[in-house]
Amino acid sequence: MTKPLLDVEDLRVRFHLRTGTVEAVRGVSFQLGRERLGIVGESGSGKSQTGRAILGLTPPPGEVTAKRLAFDGIDLQKASKRTLRDLRGGRISMVMQDPKYSLNPVMTIGEQIIEAYQAHRKASKAEARDRALAMLEAVKMRDPTRVFSLYPHEVSGGMGQRAMIAMMLVTDPDLLIADEPTSALDVTVSMEVLRILDELVTERGMGLIFISHDLKLVSSFCDRVLVMYAGRVVEELEAKNLRDAQHPYTQGLMRCLPTLADDVRPLPTLNRDPAWAL
Amino acid sequence: MLDIQNLKVVFGTGRLRVEAVKNVSFHVEQGAAYGLVGESGSGKSTVLRAICGLAPITGGRVTVNGEAVTSPRSKAFYRTVQMVFQDPYASLHPRHTVDSTLSEPLAIHGEKDAESRILQALREVGLGPSFRFRYPHQLSGGQRQRIAIARALILRPKVLLLDEPTSALDASVQAEILNLLDDLRRRLGLTYILVSHDLAVVAHLCERLLVMQHGEAVEETTAAALRSGAASNEYTQSLIQASQGFTRAAPQPAQAPAA
Repeated sequence: MTKPLLDVEDLRVRFHLRTGTVEAVRGVSFQLGRERLGIVGESGSGKSQTGRAILGLTPPPGEVTAKRLAFDGIDLQKASKRTLRDLRGGRISMVMQDPKYSLNPVMTIGEQIIEAYQAHRKASKAEARDRALAMLEAVKMRDPTRVFSLYPHEVSGGMGQRAMIAMMLVTDPDLLIADEPTSALDVTVSMEVLRILDELVTERGMGLIFISHDLKLVSSFCDRVLVMYAGRVVEELEAKNLRDAQHPYTQGLMRCLPTLADDVRPLPTLNRDPAWAL
Repeated sequence: MLDIQNLKVVFGTGRLRVEAVKNVSFHVEQGAAYGLVGESGSGKSTVLRAICGLAPITGGRVTVNGEAVTSPRSKAFYRTVQMVFQDPYASLHPRHTVDSTLSEPLAIHGEKDAESRILQALREVGLGPSFRFRYPHQLSGGQRQRIAIARALILRPKVLLLDEPTSALDASVQAEILNLLDDLRRRLGLTYILVSHDLAVVAHLCERLLVMQHGEAVEETTAAALRSGAASNEYTQSLIQASQGFTRAAPQPAQAPAA
């Protein structure tokens, strides 16, 4: 068996607050190869904190512990700040939810991509510029040179998110963590962004962690799905077998969505069993 | 109940002139639920805002109960028409308790029995009297949206304008709010106009709907037709397809995103 790209065992994220300790992630374990892994859950289930903890982006006063947290054989817990800085953006990238907040508003899109590239690869400005333009083309911008010199506020949400993806993939990372990459976008636009993401991930053989609250979307996009509830993984399953989910939480999440296919009224709601959170 | 004829909404002048809504017409019967669907920038929310006076009516006619609306809207208008906004985190005053949020419309309209009306409104949206003196930050997203609905209902309006009432909520909470809206409509005989980008939500709540794109009405259809997948328009078809989830090697959506 080949070595997994990412190996997470018993990951815990705690926030020590005045009012007591909140455990946002409580013992999450998984291994990731060069595949598409989905993490699904509702707000507060700890899915985003899981993604952030891997990158060491847990905001203070958060505390991360894990039995093992290794990326390609590198222990991320023991790694120096320098190593982490090289990994982040270089070999592991993250696409955030809303391009409005995650792009620098006072730099043009092109400059930002160049900056991301030069931070990790020794390259002349001209070379970085060519890479940036090639990347903008890869995310299907219709006029890469025009978009290159635009500021984030001058582009639409879909274009902003594609620029974000271009910036994250310009260094050819091995692992991409996408935290709700399309939930700020329209349905038709988000399908297009997903298609681009899918193509690039498949082409480059990257590992992908796709964090989302949308069960339907994740199951149609990923190979494997982790369902999180109250900081724990309650179920892990092959995306194509989502319909045969065993856990009542997963089943409940599936059923409570209105569908075009059939008309259920009233919609079944989720009866949360306190035992799920144990 | 509500009749919109050739509604036109224009923002700005000269170089900044934007025609947000171009000649949109539709008619909603009493007790019906009508959906407006489209992507961002299609003008669907602007139609709602124009109806209740938050956006200018540049051309066309809006009549409620057979009477053309006046600008500014009269008090009587707001007794008939109320609105629920998209984001319950932004639409409730953070420093007003539930009680003061709910008593404000009563005070404006000089209603008596504030106390019993507030308790009744809370009951209607499935919250107990214990919620009355809480602040918004002490409520979950679903509870906040229930308060926003209670605030809209407390004047006993006949028409409720719903602007993406569930898109900021989790799937399981969305189901609860949709059930609540369905139930309220039946019990109180309300008329709904629902704006959403989610076809499944619109098909669940509404009987008829209008698909909008770039400020224009593309197609008027029924929920039943949508469910059977019968859409004559290419754009509607692409929306239906997108709502089914991600498909590999699917044809490109009919329309590229606006630059």
